[in-house]
Amino acid sequence: MTTKNSIGIVKTKIFKSSNSLKLKSGKVLKEYSLIYETYGKLNAKRNNAVLVCHALSGNHHLAGKYSSKDKHPGWWDNLIGPNKPLDTNKFFVIGINNLGGSDGSSGPKSINKKTNKPWGSKFPITTVEDWVNSHEALITSLNISKLAAVIGGSLGGMQAIQWSIQYPEKIEHAIVIAAAPNLTAQNIAFNEVARQSIITDPDFNKGNYYEKKKRPKRGLRIARMLGHITYLSDDVMGSKFGRKQKNKDYQYNFNTEFEIESYLNYQGDKFAEEFDANTYIRMTKALDYYDPANGNKKNLSKIFKKIKSKVLVIAFTSDWRFSPNRSKEIVKALLDNNINVKYAEITAASGHDAFLMTEPRYHAILESYFKEMLKN
Amino acid sequence: MVNKKKNYRYDFPIIANWVAPNSKVLDLGCGDGELLNYLKKERKTTGYGIEKDPDNWLKSLKAGINVLQVDLEAGLSEFEDNSFDVVILSKTIQSMHNTEEILDEMLRVGKHVIVTFPNFGYWRNRLQSIKGEMPKSKELPYAWFNTPNVHLCTIKDFDNLCKSNKYKIVNRLVLTDNQSVSLLPNLFGALALYNLVNR
Repeated sequence: MTTKNSIGIVKTKIFKSSNSLKLKSGKVLKEYSLIYETYGKLNAKRNNAVLVCHALSGNHHLAGKYSSKDKHPGWWDNLIGPNKPLDTNKFFVIGINNLGGSDGSSGPKSINKKTNKPWGSKFPITTVEDWVNSHEALITSLNISKLAAVIGGSLGGMQAIQWSIQYPEKIEHAIVIAAAPNLTAQNIAFNEVARQSIITDPDFNKGNYYEKKKRPKRGLRIARMLGHITYLSDDVMGSKFGRKQKNKDYQYNFNTEFEIESYLNYQGDKFAEEFDANTYIRMTKALDYYDPANGNKKNLSKIFKKIKSKVLVIAFTSDWRFSPNRSKEIVKALLDNNINVKYAEITAASGHDAFLMTEPRYHAILESYFKEMLKN
Repeated sequence: MVNKKKNYRYDFPIIANWVAPNSKVLDLGCGDGELLNYLKKERKTTGYGIEKDPDNWLKSLKAGINVLQVDLEAGLSEFEDNSFDVVILSKTIQSMHNTEEILDEMLRVGKHVIVTFPNFGYWRNRLQSIKGEMPKSKELPYAWFNTPNVHLCTIKDFDNLCKSNKYKIVNRLVLTDNQSVSLLPNLFGALALYNLVNR
């Protein structure tokens, strides 16, 4: 990643809500914190704020670095910065770590005031709807009455849709990328395998591992390896790795023979070091539960009746976890309600992960869309 | 294609004539979005454009069009019956494979349908054919080896299709350059414009 057009050194902020949050599950969070970052300046009219929602393994750190020694910038640094497609010279960009996360927002890793211990398994499962409510509380605290846009990919895209449904008066544009109106059985199945690999890891200890020596790295590692396979396409794996071998000759043992094995192992190890298992299983649950149409496809059009925002929907041809057909279901329900919607289907080889890549056409579309927003 | 300068295409005013004010319009193959913006300006229309080509799609986006990247050959399943006042297929039908299907789909989705196409029976085209080469003109700018056109037809051909498929022709206008042609239109007309409904 180049440092050109980087937002530079950034700092995190904390929003503490002493108002309770009633969750979809029926449980109540008496108080909660959200860690967030902002880039660019809120204008005098306070109408140039763009909320960026993260996906399964993302967080509030969208762009820039915490220090000059920092190796990697935020996860959407290729999109967000001065003169980048989401231009921080023009927009006030907000990144939030969702509830249940492990990067500073209230979640299983944070301290439960009642017990003075980490919440662990006791932290309630939060949903897309709950997150949107918590986002809204933060936005209100920043004295922003209407967001210029909410943008997100995958699970982040679901939040962008949900924002339009839940707070139709408070969002001007929803940008929904590589998303779906709910998960398919196949998607839920993948999530369940990931959860089972974590939950059955002996070090998981029913989610109460923060005060133990060991963390459930084995389970998390396998969950990530599985996820990683599904976020890529067969084609891109083929062109990147094919049957490339580590050694010239087969070893006839269970050490890594193929490049793809060593790549997956590396990705799994890295992720298991950095990410939190309780958060991972909670994020997959939020994905599984999301279904604004409540199991009836036809309901989606009825639910979308509330939407007042304009919507941009983007899908990628090689994305088989959130395929273009799923995006078209969203588009169809928007069309049924005469909503201003634009839909692009981008030819990209990299599968679901394409939404994080610097695919030229994809970024050109977002750049133009944000520029159009400034005109109106 | 024809519209190299910023001028509106000369068929736009005629199309606009057939579109009632405040109509909800679907433009299939909306290109750079100029027709939809022309109709929005002249007739205060709303609606959507469909465009498959990525470059044109982006032009439409920049023109402020609600543009959808959908493959027309797959039909219009995203749209409900009678959900548009008018569906337009302007200078696109000749490049489509599933000609009858798309016309049926347009008449399902729209209360009426406007179709325009270059008349292959135009005398200049006939003359070039007699000379032994594939016709090239302002309306048919491609060479035989790079043309996207697969279903070129004459006015007579299209009339026959309407008859056999029970499309009712509400209006038909034939143009050469900017002029309306009434004498032997299939011979002297370069561009045909039809306004159709289901019989």
